[in-house]
Amino acid sequence: MLAYTMRRLMVAIPTMLVIIAVAFFMMRLAPGSPFDTERALSPEIRAQLMSFYGFDKPLYIQFFDYLKGLATFDLGPSLIYKDQTVSEIIGSGFPVSMTIGLAALLLATFVGVPMGLFAALKQNSLPDYSIMAIAMAGICIPSLVTGPILSLVFGVYLGWLPTAGLDLGKMTFETLLLPVVTLSLAQIAIISRLVRSSAVEVLRSNFVRTARAKGLPESQVLAKHALRAALLPLVSYLGPACAGLITGSVVVETVFQLPGIGKNFVTSALQRDYPVVMAVVVLYAGLIILLNLLADLAYGLLDPKVKYE
Amino acid sequence: MTLLTTPQEKAELLEAAVKGRSLWDDARRRLFRNKAAVGSMIVLGFLTLMAIFGPFFWPHDYETIYNDRVLEAPTWENLHIFGTDPQGRDLFVRLLYGLRMSLAVGLVATGVSLLIGVIWGATAGYIGGRVDQIMMRIVDVLYALPFIFFVIILMVVFGRNLILIFVAIGAVEWLTMARIVRGQTISLRKKEFVEAAEAAGVTSANIVTRHIVPNVLGPVVVYVTLTIPAVILTESFLSFLGLGVQEPMTSLGNLISIGAREMEIAPWLLIFPATTMMITLFCFNFIGDGLRDAIDPRDR
Repeated sequence: MLAYTMRRLMVAIPTMLVIIAVAFFMMRLAPGSPFDTERALSPEIRAQLMSFYGFDKPLYIQFFDYLKGLATFDLGPSLIYKDQTVSEIIGSGFPVSMTIGLAALLLATFVGVPMGLFAALKQNSLPDYSIMAIAMAGICIPSLVTGPILSLVFGVYLGWLPTAGLDLGKMTFETLLLPVVTLSLAQIAIISRLVRSSAVEVLRSNFVRTARAKGLPESQVLAKHALRAALLPLVSYLGPACAGLITGSVVVETVFQLPGIGKNFVTSALQRDYPVVMAVVVLYAGLIILLNLLADLAYGLLDPKVKYE
Repeated sequence: MTLLTTPQEKAELLEAAVKGRSLWDDARRRLFRNKAAVGSMIVLGFLTLMAIFGPFFWPHDYETIYNDRVLEAPTWENLHIFGTDPQGRDLFVRLLYGLRMSLAVGLVATGVSLLIGVIWGATAGYIGGRVDQIMMRIVDVLYALPFIFFVIILMVVFGRNLILIFVAIGAVEWLTMARIVRGQTISLRKKEFVEAAEAAGVTSANIVTRHIVPNVLGPVVVYVTLTIPAVILTESFLSFLGLGVQEPMTSLGNLISIGAREMEIAPWLLIFPATTMMITLFCFNFIGDGLRDAIDPRDR
């Protein structure tokens, strides 16, 4: 297993390099520049700025400079917010996105898994159909609809919770509740459908029949035999989903005006703040690779059929 | 059981035996027995017809501005049955245009992903070996790309070009398609009927078109019907962030984002587009689920 992990990590290095290169050159070869302000800069000042940030060098040299910086965790200064480094921007946005994302994922798992299992146990009955109808609704009603409606109902009409905004460093339960719920609805739907279909298959499999034939009580059959196998697909889903959620749902952060990474990303891309955009891409790609590896390792621990060559 | 049959019954039996039912006939029968799927097809067909032909019969145009009718609630007067928007434009006709745009994005982007995905996956799966490894390695790398971020970068740097929206979304949705097709192709290559065809001297091109592609089609069709709503959602996210379709043209996501801004004073601006979008997504998902159950009925 150690050898397997090492090999996966070795493969991850070229993968990361390719991702960084694609993002870097796509960003740089595109028209537009961070110095396009409303008032045109004089050519001298522009040239000064370009040389200060190293943009006057050939592109491939800039690329290697960027890699060098990345290797020493130096992400450089932000081009737009002159008083902040990229690390500071990411450092202030990431905790917000991560808290919301992880909370949403936890909520989704704790609600979605029992829903899916229950539906599978009552297959083709009224409870099954109603749960799957709810799940279908969760998939079909996007967060850009649920977000505003939830904030209107609980924030404006009932006045129970704040509608939007978050003071940095003050992530209270009240301010986070609506974004977390909004973000988790679709995940609850996906997870419960995933768990239902795998549980249906597992409940019909030979080893469950054997366990029943041995005369095990139904509770033991489910808890000891069926549950583990039924949750396997969930493990490989949670890896990438986790990366997507903690790097920020752009829509939810926009609706609730939260200072997370997703929001940062869109504004930075619009303003051509290259280092910030690159940092988010690198962070996300790294997280996906890492979490996929973790998911695969967890898969191996849970499923005795999987062997790491 | 044949002992007691009359010649006439025998002929009928024989005919039934000759006719036989193909897998696709079976699938069709199962699909049409699925009420949710059939209902969805009818609703979706109606919505599509409305989106395509509705604007021709409507007295208002999507960009006509009525300065004296800003934010009017739904009313029969002047036929603003869904009300008007903050610029004083008729919401009903804008909704039809928005739906048309969203459906078009969904279909075209899915078409792009289908084209790339099927060719990529079938080639990798059929050739196998080193080619397969390299091709799927590329897919793995692309999977780790934060793809919504890439669409955003694309939209930001190249401007909000309509064709680009189609291509950009399609270009990020083909990865799963390629994986599905490759997996199917590999498992089919080892099936006896493909071996038999090879032994009989059928050419590779014919094996791919006559034996591989028709058998890969099932999962692909299912995945396509589930990709279309996903694409419509992606486009609506982009429009919501102000990166999608540009005014005065509109899409469901664009209408919803306007509605979300105005929902306190003009809830109809959110309710109608949001409902239309939900119905559309519901339909596609029900049809997709129905197709999956029909083509691969293991779960039910």
